[in-house]
This record gives sequence, structure tokens and C-alpha cells, in this order.
Amino acid sequence: MNAVAALPEPPFNVLRCYLLEAKHEFLRLLRTPMFCIPTLVFPASFYLMFALTLSRGGTTGGASPSVHMLASYGVFGVMAPGLFGFGVSVAVDRDRGWLRLRQALPMPTGSYLVAKLVMAMLFAALVATLLSTLALTLGGVRLPLSAWASLFAVEVFGVLPFCAIGLWIGSLVNAQAAPAIVNLVYLPMSFLSGLWMPLSMLPAVLRDAAPVWPAYRLGQLAQAAVGNPSNGALLVHVGVLAGVTLGFLALARRRLARG
Amino acid sequence: MQAAAAELENVSHRYGAVTALHGVDLSVRQGELLALLGPNGAGKSTAISLWLGLAQPTAGAARLFGEPPQRLSARRRVGLMLQSAGLPETLKVCELLAQTRAAYPDPYPTGDCVDMAGLDGLMGRRYGKLSGGQQRRVQFALAICGRPSLLFLDEPTVGLDVEARTALWRTIRTLVADGSAIVLTTHYLEEAEALADRVAVLARGRLVADGSVSQVRARVAQKRIRCISTLDAGTVSAWPEVRSACRDGERIEIVTDAAELVVRQLLFEDTGLAELEVQRAGLAEAFVEITRAAA
Repeated sequence: MNAVAALPEPPFNVLRCYLLEAKHEFLRLLRTPMFCIPTLVFPASFYLMFALTLSRGGTTGGASPSVHMLASYGVFGVMAPGLFGFGVSVAVDRDRGWLRLRQALPMPTGSYLVAKLVMAMLFAALVATLLSTLALTLGGVRLPLSAWASLFAVEVFGVLPFCAIGLWIGSLVNAQAAPAIVNLVYLPMSFLSGLWMPLSMLPAVLRDAAPVWPAYRLGQLAQAAVGNPSNGALLVHVGVLAGVTLGFLALARRRLARG
Repeated sequence: MQAAAAELENVSHRYGAVTALHGVDLSVRQGELLALLGPNGAGKSTAISLWLGLAQPTAGAARLFGEPPQRLSARRRVGLMLQSAGLPETLKVCELLAQTRAAYPDPYPTGDCVDMAGLDGLMGRRYGKLSGGQQRRVQFALAICGRPSLLFLDEPTVGLDVEARTALWRTIRTLVADGSAIVLTTHYLEEAEALADRVAVLARGRLVADGSVSQVRARVAQKRIRCISTLDAGTVSAWPEVRSACRDGERIEIVTDAAELVVRQLLFEDTGLAELEVQRAGLAEAFVEITRAAA
């Protein structure tokens, strides 16, 4: 007889399900180089290339290029974990039957989406921190603490509408098509929202259409956060982004419930 | 009276214009293994989806332990292994097992799961790097890890080698002996014959047979007698117990419901008779007969 009893199992609780699922979601993303390398490296290298190399100096005014691009590449950067983290991984899980199995298992219904949301926000926070560190050190950007904090908040919460759009895409297309479709949404929308080059350099038609894109709205919020001039009322931007989030969430819910 | 572990009560289910199930009544008790058989498209997967709460029946009711299958308290007593369960490839086996165990109130200790499913040496490996048979064993471990009172196994042994299949059968028998109810779908009729207490056959969405293996087998009562004999096939076919008799070269082939009587008569009439064979209809023959009759 073994006198030493095995350690008691941790008591059953829902929180543990959420924590494990979130941890595993993080491990899944971390072990997918196709996801984490572009997500972390692209915005950082764009920022290094365009903001720090091509337009050095001039960091006194609020509208300096390195501050402007800190906000716009930050938004470009946090769109990716939302769109790819949801769009591609939900399509894969749905296609291969994992989502169906999960639905039948007694796991809490919300933990799947919550885990992905938390991970998207965590990756957004990593992107935001990475870009801010580059701006602070190599770019010599100096902002008040409140501006750093607001930019961080805009970026971390700004990932949510893109999570919802990604979720909807993931609920529609199969695993093979998902990365291409997500790129077809991601790259043109970034461009048309003025995240790569100022909107003033685009034709008037595209410039006027920019408010259609959620990325434009988030871009304006990010510019306002760092103290740059921005277009439109901030509350309207926040309202539109919240509406986009809820709208696509509802569309995706309907699709996933049916499928 | 104890509620059945899983029950379909007068269930019909339609997908658009296609009726997948017509008025099916089916239940499984604790300590019973039900083999659900049927040709492709007969409605087996639909029945399982309804039991798992993945779909709502168009008419009738699906219940687990007397509760609707969507209820969490019912699902916590259920384990399942689906045919197409693409588990996340980048997760390790131990992580998948931990996550699934966490969803159940009283799971088996991890070591027991490893033993029961044969996961020795696989725990640290990524799921995507495993062979098909190893992945199937992981799926089986996830199905049983929650100490389920009711287990759904959809084609559990596809892709397993003989040794792994035997080990899995042993675990399944232990679970049934311990009082679990199991619903098994399989294409291997010898698997159903080896494991099942009860067999239910679906054909075109209708339940066409439901009973013990021997009852279902008895649905096809005929036995086939073959032997080398000089007796005239026409004379033999006139015997009262004989359904049909025909000559095949030097052999005569007789179909009958009463093989013992016929064999006695044959041996009596033809002392030179040789190479006598009597074949009972197995589950496979019964299955073919029953589903053909339903078509």
C-alpha cells in the first residue's frame, strides 16, 4: 500500500477551464510561426523602415512623422491578431471538426471565444509595446504618459472589431481559403484607411470613402490618443467600432449556430 | 424507474427537403452497449448529432438521462469520439487531455487515461505529429477521460492495427462492465458482434431492427448447407424443411431454417456424402438481408 496519497486533483471549476483554454490558445499561436512572426515582425519592421529610417528627425511637434506613423502602424499591427487569430483559426477549427467536438463536450460555451479574445488582446498589447519601445528608443519620440496610455488602450481594445470581422470570415470560408480572404480584407483596408500613407495622397474618391472602413475609425482614435489632429468626433468613431463589433459578432453567431 | 442513459422518442429530423430520420424510437440503458448500424446515409450520424445536442430534432425528443442534451449537467456525464475530430495539431497530447479533463467534474486520473487508451510515450508529443492510429487513441482518451456514464464512439477503430483494436475493445468491455452505456457505430460488423449487447439497424432513416445480436441474427434464420452428394436437387427441394436446393457441380447447396433435420435426412439418404458444411447467417448476412429488405 502506498501510504502517501496522490495530490488531490484541483477542484472542478469553470475558471480552470477558461484558464487552460486561454493558455492553450496562446501556445497554439506561439507554435504557429506563420501567425506570430508576421504579427510581431511586420508592423515593427515597417515602422523601423518608414518612420525611423526614411524620415528621421523632427520630433518636436505633435504631428511629426514618427509619431503619426507610431499611431498608424500601431493600428495596422493590431488588426492582424484580430483578423488572423480569429479568421484563420476559427476556419481551421470549424473545418477539421474541433469546433463541433468542443460544442458537444461539456466545456463552458464561452471559453472558446473568450480564450481567443484574450489572446488577440495580448498579442495586440505585445505589438503596441514593441512599437512604443521602438518609438521611444530609436525614434526618440517623447509623449506625455497619458498619451502613451491612451494609445495603448486604443490599440488593445481596438483589436475587438477586427476579432469580430475575423470571426465572421472564419465562420464563412474553409481553412484553405481563410488566409487569402483575410489578407484580401486586411491589406486593402489598411491602405484605404490611410495607415500606410496619408489619405491626402489618395484620389478624392477613396479619400471620401475612408470613413467606411473600421480601420480608418481606429486610426483616427489612435492619432487623437497621441495628440495629433484627427477627423470626426471621437465618440462617433467609438460608436461605429462598437457597432461593427456587435454586428459581425451577431452575423458570426448565426452562421456558427447553423453550421 | 431509472431514466435511459440516452433516448430518442419518436424522433424525425429533416435537413431541408431530406428526411434523415423517420419516427425513430431508440434507447440505451446503463451497462449496455448498443451498436448502431446502417449503410452510409442511413441516419446514424444524425441520430448521434441529436443525442449530442448539436441539432434539434424536427419532431420528437432526444434525451440524455431524462434531460435535454443541451443541458450542461447532462453533457458532463457524456464522453464522445467523433469520426472527424481534427484536434488542434500544435497542442501536445498532455495539454489536450488536461483541457478535456478540466471540463468534467470527476475525471479519471491522468495515469489511468494513459493506460486505458494506450498513450504511453505519447503525452509529450504534438497531436499533429502523431500517426493516424495514435491520433485515434488520443481521441479515445479524450472520450473516456471524464469518467462518462454514457459514451458515444463513432467508428472508433478505423485506422487502428489489430493489437490497438484489441486493447481498445478490452477497455470498452471494462467500461460496460462498470455500468457505462455505450453507443457504438461501426462498419466492422465483427466489432459489433464482439462487443454489442444490442444492435439497432437504421436504413433510410427508419429503425428496421432492434434487438440482441442473436435476435437480429435470427431475423435471418436460414442456414446454408453444402456437401458433395449424388442426391437429386429436385428431390431435396421437395423436403418440407428445405427452402431451396440446387446443384453446383458435384456439390449440392441447400438453404433451410432447420439445418439439423435436413442434415440428418441427408446423411441417412446418402451414405457417400462428403465435405459437409453448415453456415449460420452471421451479423453481416443479417445486416445485408435487413437493409436490402428495407430498401
